[in-house]
Amino acid sequence: MNPQLFQLICFYAFGFVTVAAALSVITLKNTVHAVLALVLTFFSAACLWMLIDAEFLALALIVVYVGAVMVLFLFVVMMLDIDQEKMREGFVKFLPVGLIVAAAMLVEMLGLIGVRAMHAQVMGANPATAAGLSNTAWLGQALYTKFLLPFEIAALILTVGVVAAVALTLRERGDARYESASQQVKVNPRDRVRIVKMAAERPVDETPAPPQESTP
Amino acid sequence: MITLSHYIVLGAVLFCIAVAGLFINRKNVIVLLMSIELMLLAVNMNFVAFSRFLGDVSGQVFVFFILTVAAAEAAIGLAILVLLFRNRSTINIADIDSMKG
Repeated sequence: MNPQLFQLICFYAFGFVTVAAALSVITLKNTVHAVLALVLTFFSAACLWMLIDAEFLALALIVVYVGAVMVLFLFVVMMLDIDQEKMREGFVKFLPVGLIVAAAMLVEMLGLIGVRAMHAQVMGANPATAAGLSNTAWLGQALYTKFLLPFEIAALILTVGVVAAVALTLRERGDARYESASQQVKVNPRDRVRIVKMAAERPVDETPAPPQESTP
Repeated sequence: MITLSHYIVLGAVLFCIAVAGLFINRKNVIVLLMSIELMLLAVNMNFVAFSRFLGDVSGQVFVFFILTVAAAEAAIGLAILVLLFRNRSTINIADIDSMKG
């Protein structure tokens, strides 16, 4: 088969899956199913990116989104006890408005893009291969030279995100017992143990022990 | 032959689906967050397609940063959501109106 035709068929297949999964994300009743549909959306989007030689980003999308963010979503969805039926209130009421707005936006955007210019903008040769590099090396060279400062700032943003997420969800419970490491380090042995000087033997007790009762 | 327009049209369709999702799921914060993720995906799709079309690496670098920021945003958003549910026992947007004047 003609490789370009095969590419086109792959594009339509993955694109169809992406759109169908995205539609089910916003329409499915069960939130867990919606999250799983979003996983499918990201996965097929990654396949689409791979089709135009963005391999690193496709794999990063799978690792970061499917592996981390979506699992986080699943955790939260399963942890919160949500009344599914109540969440669906207003679905039918807002459906026409949402559809009209979305359709209007789509028509406007397609008009801007110009579907008639569809076949004029053929994707050229892979720029990474033209530079004699793999996609990852191509991206990494730009990332570590031209975009070094933004890269470091991105790391900072991630750190802030981690700290903020922990700081938000951390709570002090009144009924739980905690260890205070600083107090434990600061403690003086004299405050805890009292050494008592006394005779090595107990004085003999004068009164005899009461006779033990015989047990049958 | 795959063209630039294929990807841009797909991005536009995804974006509109996400906008419709914001409208019709007005009660469920989790689905709203997922719609925002879909929007970011649509934008990323455009960036990747243009990067390939123009042969410019900046588009893909930008997608990299968008992924980073989106991950941090999702983490903080879900943390806020958990906090909200703990304090109010609901994530229904209609019930969260304590800042209404």
